[in-house]
Amino acid sequence: MKQLLTFLTKEFHHILRDKRSLLVLLGLPIVQLLIFGFAITPEVRNANIAILDNAKDEITRQITNKLENSKYFDIDRTLINNEQIEKAFKSGKIKLAIVFQENFANELLHTNKAQVQIIADATDPNQATTLINYASAVIMDYQNDLNSQNKLPYTINSETRMLYNPQLKGAYTSVPGVMGMILLLISAMMTSISIVKEKELGTMEILLVSPMKPWFVIISKVIPYFIISLVNVATILLLSVFVLGLPIEGSLFLLIFSAVLYIFCALSLGILISTITDTQQAAMLISLLGLMLPVVMLSGYAFPITNMPIILQVLSNFVPAKWYIIIVKGVMIKGIGISQIWKELLILTGMTILFLSISVKRFKIRL
Amino acid sequence: MRTLFFLLRKEFLQIFRNKLILRMIFALPVIQLIILPNAATYEVKNITLSVVDHDHSEYSRKLINKFTSSGYFKLADYSDTYNQALDQVEKDNADLIVEIPKGFEGDLLRESETKILFAANAISGQTAGLAVAYANSIVKDFNSDIRSEWISPTRFNALPIIEITASNWFNPQMNYKKFIVPGVLALLVTLVGFLMSSLNIVKEKEIGTIEQLNVSPIKKYQFILSKLIPFWLLGLMVMSIGFLISFIIYGIYPEGSFWVGYLFAGIYLIALLGFGLLTSLMAETQQQAMFISYFFMLVFILLGGLFSPIENMPDWAQYLTYINPVSYFIDTMRMLVLKGSSFWDLRFNFLVIIGFAIAFNGLAIWKYKKTV
Repeated sequence: MKQLLTFLTKEFHHILRDKRSLLVLLGLPIVQLLIFGFAITPEVRNANIAILDNAKDEITRQITNKLENSKYFDIDRTLINNEQIEKAFKSGKIKLAIVFQENFANELLHTNKAQVQIIADATDPNQATTLINYASAVIMDYQNDLNSQNKLPYTINSETRMLYNPQLKGAYTSVPGVMGMILLLISAMMTSISIVKEKELGTMEILLVSPMKPWFVIISKVIPYFIISLVNVATILLLSVFVLGLPIEGSLFLLIFSAVLYIFCALSLGILISTITDTQQAAMLISLLGLMLPVVMLSGYAFPITNMPIILQVLSNFVPAKWYIIIVKGVMIKGIGISQIWKELLILTGMTILFLSISVKRFKIRL
Repeated sequence: MRTLFFLLRKEFLQIFRNKLILRMIFALPVIQLIILPNAATYEVKNITLSVVDHDHSEYSRKLINKFTSSGYFKLADYSDTYNQALDQVEKDNADLIVEIPKGFEGDLLRESETKILFAANAISGQTAGLAVAYANSIVKDFNSDIRSEWISPTRFNALPIIEITASNWFNPQMNYKKFIVPGVLALLVTLVGFLMSSLNIVKEKEIGTIEQLNVSPIKKYQFILSKLIPFWLLGLMVMSIGFLISFIIYGIYPEGSFWVGYLFAGIYLIALLGFGLLTSLMAETQQQAMFISYFFMLVFILLGGLFSPIENMPDWAQYLTYINPVSYFIDTMRMLVLKGSSFWDLRFNFLVIIGFAIAFNGLAIWKYKKTV
């Protein structure tokens, strides 16, 4: 026991000595959470649009004004002819072009029908759909104002309720996502690198010939990072509640318990990586290049899993972050209890055991 | 020139000696490029519905039918009460609740007005927004069906109607992969280049071999060049393989000129590697270099516009993206692949990236001291 303590002190010295790394380890979750909370919002605002007004009458001017005054759009330029539309798109600045037909007001008031064309830059199809919807809504709004005296017959009105997140804050998806990502990447990367470092520098031999059991060497490597990860969980939770205004609907104990389980899982993944690599660079490539994108894309955090092809839905089951994100969303935002997430907790436990047993098998006492 | 040649030989030997790393550099991007873009779809196809039909009328059934046959929605279950439906949402069995009140059909026919309730799981605001938008458009369709059923159509509209037609340029099939593949490719090239270069010099420091380099008659710029060129070639190779894969698997190739793409990537890689070498020079240990590069990569990627459009960000974040080289690369790749922009369209991006290249490499040369 005393040996373990000595080793632990050594590891803590290593970590505390390197102020820059420590700053990154503790500061990164904060920066990431703030970027997600404030910079990355799904909400469209101030999209640049171009107007090609072939009519230039009172009504087209009013619609243009309405578009300009909505918070979604900024009129970047007005065009004169059709050829300019393509040029405007290619320069990359505008996202929508709105084309009014000739004699717009005349047609509208005399034949009750006038045409407006919305052309979207569909390089980002998702954004294009959203922008077309918003622009149509603004124009429809104008039309309804025009017709406000006469109501259309047989109308179905719909009322919409947004559950759990009525203000549609982006943080509700990003906080569970950030937790799933940061804890996995940092824990896996940190442990794998610090173990491999001893191999690369040759000090692992010294550790292994010392009278301490080889597994104690690993445990003493893991504990400091376990503590750092716990600190990260605390900062993330504090920030999300007090700065981003997220609720913790369910039990805080359950939330922390599942975080601890998840950190264990990530740490054992790190140990596993360290048993299959010999250099720090290789360990880093696996944990960053190999884990970063899959965790972002297959965990259900950036993209909904139900829309993916079946193979990827199956693959996503192997990403620990997926299960953890389900747990955090459930406990933190929906407020559900252990009876509805025991399956996910069990899967994480299983993964941890799997990673550890493979590492035990591969762990070599002689180098 | 001869010195540089020998230095380059040393670097290449070191790269090719570590087979594991070499394999990873090529295999990981290839696998990810094949798999990941398939995951990236916001296209909402299977929104699961929990229907609470209090009316049980012909119209309510017709409306539900319209939902399920639209292709966007999948019926999860019929619930008897709203709370039961809420339970389904809680268990993640349903994304959207549709509640049709009692007297839905009666009110519509007698009062000429009726209502319907949607409740969406809005933890992901974006998905919820799309789900509700689709639901509303289905109701609108249904509504005009009913109107044409009861009101005889006239040649002229009864009221002024603005007809809106929408068209999607550059990507008319709304293929999300066409958008995401160039971005992911840009990102993978960036990750490979940056991770390799940021660990390189610091490794020599940690192992102690930097001293031997310091005492040998090498000029500073030769040293930096010998570190730059191998990774520059590696980066371009990864990009070429990436282009090949996107063509073979996704049928995606640049509408614009390949040469402009390579020219930009070439300059971009110089800038990026310069930044990586700078990180490497500033760090004391490989571990430190890793954490620092992890930090920058993450911030660069998040603010790079790969997943979330830069235009939607608040102003301060948009200013930050101006000093983010990754966002220029992603932007350029997309403009080239999707819009076929020409060199002239991209001149601004070129200017900025040349600026980055000069600044980072200048700093790296200046930072490299031949003393310890």
